[in-house]
Amino acid sequence: MSGFHGRLERHSMLLLIAIAVAVSIGGLIEIAPLFFIENTIEKVHGVRPYTPLELAGRNIYVREGCYLCHSQMIRPLRDEVERYGHYSLAAESMYDHPFQWGSKRIGPDLARVGGKYSDAWHVQHLKDPRSLVPESLMPPYRSLSETALSYDDIADHLAALKKVGVPYTADQIANAKADLQAQDDQTASPTGLRKRYGDKVIQRNYGGDPDRITEMDALVAYLQMLGGLVDFNTYKADAPANRR
Amino acid sequence: MTAIDSRTGETSGAAKWLLIFAGVGALVALLGAAFAHDTPFQTACFIGLSAFILGAAILTIGIANNSFRIDQTYYQDGVIRAGVIASLFWGVVGMLVGVVIASQLAWPSLFYIPGQEWLNFGRIRPVHTSAVIFAFGGNVLLATSFYVVQRTCKARLFGDMLPWFVFWGYQLFIVLAATGYVTGVTQGKEYAEPEWYTDLWLTIVWVAYLIVFLGTLWKRKEPHIYVANWFFLAFIVTIAVLHITNNLAMPVSLLGSKSYGAFAGVQESLIQWWYGHNAVGFFLTVPFLAIMYYFIPKRAERPIYSYQLSIIHFWALSFIYIWAGPHHLLYTALPQWAQTLGVTFSIMLWMPSWGGMINGLMTLSGAWDKLRTDPVIRMMVMALAFYGMSTFEGPVLAIREVNALSHYTDWTIGHVHSGALGWVGFISFGALYCMVPWLWKKKAMYSNALIEWHFWIATIGILLYIVSMWVSGITEGLMWREYTRQGFLAHTFVESVSAKHIEYVVRMFGGLLYLSGVLIMVFNVWKTIRSPQLSITTSTTPTIISPTGNAATATVLPAATA
Repeated sequence: MSGFHGRLERHSMLLLIAIAVAVSIGGLIEIAPLFFIENTIEKVHGVRPYTPLELAGRNIYVREGCYLCHSQMIRPLRDEVERYGHYSLAAESMYDHPFQWGSKRIGPDLARVGGKYSDAWHVQHLKDPRSLVPESLMPPYRSLSETALSYDDIADHLAALKKVGVPYTADQIANAKADLQAQDDQTASPTGLRKRYGDKVIQRNYGGDPDRITEMDALVAYLQMLGGLVDFNTYKADAPANRR
Repeated sequence: MTAIDSRTGETSGAAKWLLIFAGVGALVALLGAAFAHDTPFQTACFIGLSAFILGAAILTIGIANNSFRIDQTYYQDGVIRAGVIASLFWGVVGMLVGVVIASQLAWPSLFYIPGQEWLNFGRIRPVHTSAVIFAFGGNVLLATSFYVVQRTCKARLFGDMLPWFVFWGYQLFIVLAATGYVTGVTQGKEYAEPEWYTDLWLTIVWVAYLIVFLGTLWKRKEPHIYVANWFFLAFIVTIAVLHITNNLAMPVSLLGSKSYGAFAGVQESLIQWWYGHNAVGFFLTVPFLAIMYYFIPKRAERPIYSYQLSIIHFWALSFIYIWAGPHHLLYTALPQWAQTLGVTFSIMLWMPSWGGMINGLMTLSGAWDKLRTDPVIRMMVMALAFYGMSTFEGPVLAIREVNALSHYTDWTIGHVHSGALGWVGFISFGALYCMVPWLWKKKAMYSNALIEWHFWIATIGILLYIVSMWVSGITEGLMWREYTRQGFLAHTFVESVSAKHIEYVVRMFGGLLYLSGVLIMVFNVWKTIRSPQLSITTSTTPTIISPTGNAATATVLPAATA
C-alpha cells in the first residue's frame, strides 16, 4: 500500500486526481439517476407552474428566509399526516426553484397551509403574530402591506424560469403583468387568468387594500395556494408507478 | 537561505497584473452600479467598486514606491497574520449575531423591532451561519493552510502577491454575501444563500486559492506531501465542485440580484443536501483535520500516532462522506433508494471519523501530562473529544427511527453546535493560540491564565448549549407525536413552542459564554501582539514531523516578514 501511496504523496496532480475521483463517485451514483428514473416524480393531476402573483409572493417568502423556521414537507408519519394533511409528494415541488422543504420547524409546517386560515387572519398574523398567537416566536412583518409590490419585470422572471425548465407558455409570459394584476382583483375579468392557469385559480384581493398591490397581497396569495394543487381524489398512492 | 534583511528580494511582477485586474473589476462594478435593475444589486456593485478602487490605489502606491518585494528565502507570513486577525474579527461578529438570534427566539417581544425587517430572524440567521462557517472558519483555514503548506514544503507561498488577492477577495465575498442577506438577497438554500454574482466572485477567488496551494506544493523541497496537505487539497478541490454544481443558476437579468436555480424540487433537494452535508464534511471537518495533523504534533512535540491510519481514514472519509447527504431528507419525497444509500453511508462514516480522532488523540501518547499544564493542548484534545462525540451522534441521527423523532427539532441544532463550537471552534482556537506567538515572534501568549479562562468558560457554554438543545429537541419531538387515550393528537404545535422557553434562555446564555471566551481570546491576542518582540527566533523553530512518523528537526527558513 505504501508503495502506491508513496507515489500519490510525491505527485500533487496524481493526488488531486485521486481525490477528485474518490469524491465524485458517491454524488454521481446518488444524484444522476434522479434525472432519469421515471417514477422519481409521481404522476398526479393538478400541479401547475405558479401564477405571476403567487410567484412574486413566493419570492418574498424566500427573501424573508421563511424556510429557516417553516418546513414544506409533510412526512408520511401518522401524527404529521393528521396534523398537516396528506404527506407531501415530489410532484408538488417539481416547479419549485428553489425547493423550500426546510430543515427545521421553529414554526409549523406550511406545505398545506392554503385555505386553512382566512386572508384577514394571515394579514394580521404577518403584521403582528403575537396579537393572534401569544406564544409565537415569529418576527413581525409590518411593512409588507405598506410596500408596493415591485412587478414590472415579472415577465422576465417567468422567462428565466422557463429557461430552467418550468413549462411557462409564451402566452403566460406575455400576459404575466396583466395576470398578476387580475388575480388580486375580484372585479377583474377572470377569463384570461383561468384560461392560462386553470379554473381553480383563486382571484380576490388578498391583502385587504383594493387600491394597490402590495407585498402582502402577493405573499398571502402564495400562502393560500400552498398544498392545494394536487387532486387527491384521482391520486392512487398505492399504484406501482407511485411507489418509490 | 541566509538572508536576514527583509528589504532584499525581487520586485513583485504580479502587482501590475493585479492592478490591471482591479481596474477592470472597478469598471465592471461601475457599469453594474450605473445600470442596476434593483437597489441591492446596485449596493453590491458600489461595494465592489470601492473595494477595487481601494485595491488599485494601494497597488499603485506600492508599485510607485517599489515596496512589493518578493524574497524566496522568507516565508510569506504577512497574509497569515492578516488571516488570524480576520478570523477573530469575523468570529466575534458571527457569534454576536448568533447570540442575538438566540435572544429573538427566547424573547420575541423584546428582540424584534417592528418595521425593521432587516433585523428579523429570517434575514440574520444566514448572517450568523455564514459568518461563523465561511468567515470565521474560512479565514482560519486560509491562515492555517498558508502556514502549514509553507512549513511542510519548505517553500514560500506560490504566486507572488496572489495570496493577498485570495485573502482580500475572500473578505469581499463575505461582505457581499452578508450585505445581501440583510437586504433580502438570498437563493433560499441553507449555507448556499449568496446570489449568483457573489457565487461567481467566490469561484474566481477559490481558483486563485487552488493555484496558490498547488503552486506551493510544486515548489516544495520535501519529496513527500505532508498528510495535512492532503486534507487541505481535498477541501479546496471538493468545495470547488460542490459550490459550482449547487449554485448553477439563471439570473433574471445580468443587472439584477435575483436568479433561479438550475434544478428544482426533488432533484434540487438532493443536490442541495449533497452540498450542505459536504459543507460539513469538506469545509468543517476535512481541513480542520489538517489543522489537527499539523498543530497537535507540533504543540505536543510528538510524532503522528499512525501513518497507516492516516492513509486509511483519509481515503475512507473522502469517499464515504460524499454519500451521506440524503440523511437530511429521510421520510421526505426523495425516493426511498436514495434515502437508504444515505443512511448506510452515514453509519459507515462513523469509522473513518473515529479513525481521525484516534490518530489525533494517540499522538499525545507519552505527552498526556501536557493536558494539565498546557491549556492549548487541552483545547485541541477537547476538540477531538467533541469531534468524536458529534461524529457518533451524526450516524445515530441518520438512523430512520431516530430521525423520525429528531428531524425538524432542536436536536439537530444541538448536534451541529457540538460539532461547530466543540470541534471546529476549539481546534481553531488551539491553532490560533499556537500561531500568534510564532507569527509575531513572541516567546508565548501574553497570558496562559486567560487561555485557561477561555477554555473553561467556552466548555461550560458548549455544554449548556447542547444539553438545552437535547432537552428541547426531544421534548418537541415527543410532544408532536403524542396521542391522547382517545386517539387524538395531544398537543397543538404552539404548545411545543412555549414548552421550550427555558431551554431557549439557557441556550442563549451558553452562546453568550462561548462569545465571552472569544472576547477574552481577542484581548489576549491583542496584548501578545503588543508585547516586546523576541530578538532570536530559536524558540519558534518548527519541528517538522515527517510522514513516516519520525519527529525530525528540520532546517527551516527564518520565519521573517516579507
